[in-house]
Amino acid sequence: MNAILIALIVLGGIGLLLAIVLFSAARAFKVEEDPRIGQVQAVLPGANCGGCGFPGCRGFAEACVKSDSLDGLRCPVGGDDVMKQVGIILDMVPAESKPKVAVLRCQGTCERRPRTNRYDSAPSCMIASALYGGETGCSYGCLGLGDCVKVCQFGALSIDPATGMPVVDEERCTSCGACVKACPKGLFELRFKGPKSRRIYVSCRNKDKGPVAKKACETACIGCSKCQKACEFEAITIENNLAYIDFNKCRMCRKCVEECPQGSIVELNFPPRKKKEEAAPATEPKVAEPQAAPVAEPKAAEPQAAPVAEPKAPAAE
Amino acid sequence: MKTFTIGGIHPPESKLTAGKSIVDLPLPKQAVVLLGQHIGAPAQLVVERGAVVKTGQLLAKAGGFVSANIHSPVSGKIAKIGEAVDASGYPKPAVFIDVTEDDWAEEIVRTEKLERECRLTPEEIVAKIAEAGIVGMGGACFPASVKLTPPPGKKCDLLIINAVECEPYLTADHRLMLEKGPEIVIGIRILMKALGVDRAVIGIEENKPDAIELMRHLTISYPTIEVLPLQMHYPQGGEKQLIEAVSGRQVPSGALPIDVGKVVQNVGTVYAVYEAVQKNKPLIERIVTVTGKSLKHPGNFRVRIGTPIADLIEAAGGLPENAGKIISGGPMMGKALVGMDVPVAKGTSGVLVMDEAESVRKPVFDCIRCGKCIGACPMGLEPYLLSALAERQVWDRLEKEHIMDCIECGCCTFTCPANRPLLDYMRVGKAKVGAIIRSRKK
Repeated sequence: MNAILIALIVLGGIGLLLAIVLFSAARAFKVEEDPRIGQVQAVLPGANCGGCGFPGCRGFAEACVKSDSLDGLRCPVGGDDVMKQVGIILDMVPAESKPKVAVLRCQGTCERRPRTNRYDSAPSCMIASALYGGETGCSYGCLGLGDCVKVCQFGALSIDPATGMPVVDEERCTSCGACVKACPKGLFELRFKGPKSRRIYVSCRNKDKGPVAKKACETACIGCSKCQKACEFEAITIENNLAYIDFNKCRMCRKCVEECPQGSIVELNFPPRKKKEEAAPATEPKVAEPQAAPVAEPKAAEPQAAPVAEPKAPAAE
Repeated sequence: MKTFTIGGIHPPESKLTAGKSIVDLPLPKQAVVLLGQHIGAPAQLVVERGAVVKTGQLLAKAGGFVSANIHSPVSGKIAKIGEAVDASGYPKPAVFIDVTEDDWAEEIVRTEKLERECRLTPEEIVAKIAEAGIVGMGGACFPASVKLTPPPGKKCDLLIINAVECEPYLTADHRLMLEKGPEIVIGIRILMKALGVDRAVIGIEENKPDAIELMRHLTISYPTIEVLPLQMHYPQGGEKQLIEAVSGRQVPSGALPIDVGKVVQNVGTVYAVYEAVQKNKPLIERIVTVTGKSLKHPGNFRVRIGTPIADLIEAAGGLPENAGKIISGGPMMGKALVGMDVPVAKGTSGVLVMDEAESVRKPVFDCIRCGKCIGACPMGLEPYLLSALAERQVWDRLEKEHIMDCIECGCCTFTCPANRPLLDYMRVGKAKVGAIIRSRKK
């Protein structure tokens, strides 16, 4: 009996002593921090993807709390919902920002861009790009080895077995920017998702002279500037034999898409036009068909010629 | 027999063309002269499209201190100034010349007569070498005149001639020694004068007994030039490995051979120096070994720079049915070409046509941490770690782990039992870290 009692008292005493030491240490060495950081972190998605530009969600929370306003601070994964909640906690108004999505600017599938050799080394785009110019005549195009797929934390990218190139799932893409950094050819860009998820972009990054580019790929941009001349909003610039559409200025009139002789410009999620499908190589002769909406087209289609400032009413789309 | 002490491997020699004497290759129809055939800034064009040029005429001037002149290897009209895909797989600036006849520039002496005397001063010799656009012909293509101009405070005490040719399949240097031995000895004496050294050593691997015998015979009257047979051990021809074998000195990490008082020149470069200094001939042609187990007529060819690889393969009997890869260089350090219209450059020492069966890489497995690569690395590096870091793009740690000391010899890839493409990762690491270091200096 005595032994048990002594053991209990001794161990209990040690326990108590240690508890007091720990308690005092916790009090004495406590780091004062703004409790709001923890609150903000709690409403963030917790993916730690770095899309905001800060090291993890904790880093973003700290930045928000320390800043005077929420301008320039946005969590692309959480979007407007999360930023509203952050704004409530910090009593600040989040900046309104249009959602963006990743866009792959290359259409060089096996059909359009013939292979001239076979790659035989580590299956990584970064390695292939550093070692040589790729399996085709276009050294700017997609290598199809999937570095972007590996780096996407949200499962928004996958390689399409039919084309050998990555496809962006716009529902899952959070525009965190990881694919932009991962692609050694710089093919990805974060562009506005667009009204009704519609966007127009030049799907090519080939800077070779026109004849060289055309020989390598059927839909390569040859820098002919027809799109630039057609654009009424000065959204298109041509540099190094390559066209680029500024998504801040683009009004989605689709004139450039029609003008492009190569079919390099892609219009995504638009209703099909009567003439030709999007991004097809320009093999049919371009006959000037009347622009007026022909009888067959459904009534709810947007007017083609007028710039689409705001989408017309709704329902059928 | 002497050799280097760290790492190294023993790949099969495959010297199929060792007995084939050098044959002149007919001139191409169009020569494609790349403007970046050397380490350093690309050369700057001094001619325009449509100009008629003579063989040996200056096409482009050195673009900086570490750069080299480029001369026309043929005579004809400049058809185009554009881009051509080179061994790197990317299109690079090049001059396209349509070939007519073979009209040489007047100052070049075209006789075969042996010119023994050289009355130029060391500075004049180096200037002539620079003007001739001579670069390291072993493959590294470092401008020779820059190597022959030690930085202030550093002095050379020994000139080492690299006649090792350790790369399997290649025999260009071997044949050059057998057929142009006397010229090479004169070239060595010219270089010794240029550097102000009184000793030279010619390092030759023991698998070339005829060359060793011949060079010994030719240097009998020059006791300051020693012929040193070396053990067959890849990569004995690596600059740092050769210095260790010959002199016992190890070049420290990040340092250059001149820091331990040594200058190494490839024997092909020495021959080019003889031609430049004694015959006023700029660097416009070189010996290229065209080889491969299935080629009908493999051999060693004297080729003008700018000749498309297709012409060389034609001369060797045409592309075999079972060809898998066409490699510029040898099987260890060479690069597989993307097409046959890649032109010969100053550093193209060989063209190897590998059979399909031999050339396809075996399936890659995960690293098994066996450490064989560490044992094989002649620079004492850890390839398993460096390649893992390169794969994960950890550039700052790569720099700390001495990635820039890698000589890209390929020993690690050769020994890896998991068939991992270690050299490819190392090359990427070196390229990226090199770019980071260069941008820091600016």
